Amino acid sequence: MSDDVDVTNITQQFSGEPGALLPMLHAIQSAYGYIPEASVAQIARALNLSRAEVHGVISFYHDFRTEQAGRHIVQICRAEACQSMGSRQLEAHAKESLGIEFGQTTADGEITLEPVYCLGNCACSPSMRIGDQVYARVDNTRFDQLIAQLDETGITQ
Amino acid sequence: MSLRLFVPQDTTSCASGADAIAQALQQEAATRGLDIELIRNGSRGIFWLEPLLEVEQKNRRLAFGPVLTKDVPGILDALAADATTHPLCQGLTEDIPWLKSQQRLTFARAGIGDPLCLNNYRALDGFKGLEKALQMSGQAIVGEVKNSGLRGRGGAAFPAGIKWQTVLDTPSGQKYVVCNADEGDSGTFADRLLMEADPYQLIEGMIIAGLATGATQGYIYLRSEYPKAYAMLNAAIERATANGYLGQAVSGSDRAFELEVHLGAGAYICGEETSLLDSLEGKRGMVRAKPPLPAVEGLFGQPTVVNNVLTLAAVSTILAQGADDYQGYGMDRSRGTLPVQLAGNVKRGGLIELAFGTTLRQVVEEYGNGSYSGRPVRAIQVGGPLGAYLPESQWDIPLDYESFTAAKAMLGHGGIVVFDDTVNMGAQARFAMEFCAVESCGKCTPCRIGSVRGVEVIDRVLSNKDESDKDRDNNLILLRELCDTMEFGSLCAMGGMVPFPVRSALDHFPEDFRQ
Ligand SMILES: Cc1cc2nc3c(=O)[nH]c(=O)nc-3n(C[C@H](O)[C@H](O)[C@H](O)COP(=O)(O)O)c2cc1C
Ligand code: SF4
Ligand code: FES
Repeated sequence: MSDDVDVTNITQQFSGEPGALLPMLHAIQSAYGYIPEASVAQIARALNLSRAEVHGVISFYHDFRTEQAGRHIVQICRAEACQSMGSRQLEAHAKESLGIEFGQTTADGEITLEPVYCLGNCACSPSMRIGDQVYARVDNTRFDQLIAQLDETGITQ
Repeated sequence: MSLRLFVPQDTTSCASGADAIAQALQQEAATRGLDIELIRNGSRGIFWLEPLLEVEQKNRRLAFGPVLTKDVPGILDALAADATTHPLCQGLTEDIPWLKSQQRLTFARAGIGDPLCLNNYRALDGFKGLEKALQMSGQAIVGEVKNSGLRGRGGAAFPAGIKWQTVLDTPSGQKYVVCNADEGDSGTFADRLLMEADPYQLIEGMIIAGLATGATQGYIYLRSEYPKAYAMLNAAIERATANGYLGQAVSGSDRAFELEVHLGAGAYICGEETSLLDSLEGKRGMVRAKPPLPAVEGLFGQPTVVNNVLTLAAVSTILAQGADDYQGYGMDRSRGTLPVQLAGNVKRGGLIELAFGTTLRQVVEEYGNGSYSGRPVRAIQVGGPLGAYLPESQWDIPLDYESFTAAKAMLGHGGIVVFDDTVNMGAQARFAMEFCAVESCGKCTPCRIGSVRGVEVIDRVLSNKDESDKDRDNNLILLRELCDTMEFGSLCAMGGMVPFPVRSALDHFPEDFRQ
C-alpha cells in the first residue's frame, strides 16, 4: 500500500517557502491521517534534508503519527485545571470503557484515544476534543453520550 | 425591524453548546415567523454564563445565561412581555458586576460584535493606534512602548520597549515579528480569546511592531490545540489584506508588512521563544543557548521581535490612547492591566482584566465566588505548570510580578487554577515532574533525566509500602536535592522552574507526603 503514497502535490505546494517542513507534515497528516513511511524520502528530497533529519522532526512533535489512527481522534485533557475538576477520574473511565490506553485505537478502528495538555477551555473543565470540536464539563455520562453519538452517526456533533 | 440576537462563537461557548443555541433560535424564529438577525459575536470571556444569549433592545443588550436549548422558546416568549423577569435574565450585559468592575483595555472589544467585521472593529476605535504609528518614526514608536512600562505578558515579563529597541538598532536587510501564540500553560486562555474574539487587534499590534523596528514579515506561531483560533486568524488576515492593512503598502503608505500563521505540533516547549524559532524554521523545537538574543539573531538568524499575543495586542491600545494612559494603571513596576484567567474548580471562571495590584483572594473570592464543588478551596496554582501552588496564607499577595517572585511564585501568563480540599498535593507534585519528563526538549540532563527521577522518587514516597519513616525522609531529601540540581543546571525555565510547584507542595502541604 505504501508504494502508492505520492506526496509530490503537497511537497511542491510548500517546498519554496521558508520553514516548510512543519506545514508540509501537517498537510500530509491531514490527507492520510498519519505520516506514511514512504513519504519521508519524498519530503527529504524536496527539502534537501536527510531522511534521518525528517524522522527526527516527526518524532519530536506529539502531533505527528506514523501509524494509521482511528476514524475519530478523542483527546482528553490531562492538565491541571481539568485535574481540579476530576479529569483523572474521567481519563480512567475513558480508558476502561473503550478498553484502550492512551495512544491506542479500538479494535474496530473507530477511536484513537490521546492525551492533550490544555485545550484553552480551562474555565469550564474537564475538557475533551473530538476532531476539531471541544467539549466542556465532561463527566462520565457526557463522555458515554458523546461516544455513543459517534458510533451511531459517525459525526462528531 | 428585525430582532438582533448575539450568540458567541469562541471555543468555550461552543464547547458549552452555543452552536445548538444558535440553531434552536433560527428554527424557533422561523416557526414563529419572527424576523431575527443572529450575530455570532466573540465571547466576552464571562464563561460561567456561556452560552450567553444577548438581545438588543433600545440600543442596549439584555443578557441571558447560561442558556440550554430547551430554554430558547421560553426566552422568546419572555421577550414579548417583561423579559427581565425570566430566571436566566442577567439584566443589561454592561451592568453585570463581574464585567462592569473590570478594567478592560485589551479585552474592551471582545464579545461586542462579529470578530471579523472590519466596520465593527473601526467603529470601536480599531486601527487608531496604527494610524498614529504611521505618522511616527520607528524610534518614536519604540519610545512610546518604553514609556508605557509594558512588560511581556508571556511569562518572563521583560520590558517590551527595550526588546524592540534592540531589534530597531540591529541593522539587517530582513527583520521579523513573531507572535508567540503557543499558550501552553494550563489555566490560560486569554491569547485564545483575543484571537477568537478580536483578531484584528493582534494584527494591528504586529503591524505596529513592524513599523517600529523595520520588520516587514510577521509570523503567528499558533498551537495546534486551537483550531477555531486558526480559522479565525486566517480569515482575519485575508480580510485585512484585501482591505489594504496588510501587504506591500500598509494603509496606502510606503511601508510593507506581510503576515502568516504557522501551526505548532503539540510540543509545550515550543512556547519557549528560541525553541519556537527553531520550530518555525522547520526543525525540532530545541532550546537555543542565549546569547545571541533573538532580537539580534532570531528567525533564520535575523533580528526578530518575539512577543506574546497579549503584549502585541496591548501595543495597539498604547499607541491609540497614549503611553501615559496605559501606565496610569497598575502598581510599582507592573504597569497597565493583566488579563487574569480564572479557571479550574471555581464557580465563576473566565477572563478578568484588572490593573495589576488586586490580590489573589479578591479574584478568587469576589469574582470566582468560591469553588465549583462548594467545598473549601485548598490550593491555588498561579502561572501554569511551572508556577507554585499557593496555600491560603499566601492569597493576599497582590497580582504584581515582583510580589510573586518574592513569594517564590510566578505570575507568568496570568492563569489561576483553583483546587478544592480533595486535591492530593503529592499527586500534583508528581504531575509537575511527569509533565516536565513528557515535554522536555531533551537538551540538558538535569531536565531530561531529573524529571524522570523526580517521578520515581515521588512515587516511592507516596506508595510508602515497605518503607520506614527514615526511608521516606531520605527520599524527600533526595527530591529537594533533585529540585536544586534542576533549578541550577537547566538551560531554560522548563527544567529550571518545575521545582517551584514541587517545592511549594512540599513546603506548604507536607501532610500530603506523609499519608
Ligand atoms: C517552557 C516555556 C514555555 C513558554 N511558553 C510560552 C507560551 O506558551 N507563550 C508565550 O507567550 N511565552 C511562553 N514562554 C516565554 C517565552 O520564552 C518568551 O519569554 C516570550 O515569548 C516573550 O514574549 P513577551 O515578552 O511578550 O512575553 C515560555 C517559556 C518557557 C521557558
Ligand atoms: S531545561 Fe529542559 S526544556 Fe529547557 S533546554 Fe534544558 S532540556 Fe530543554
Ligand atoms: S487544563 Fe484542560 S482545558 Fe486547560
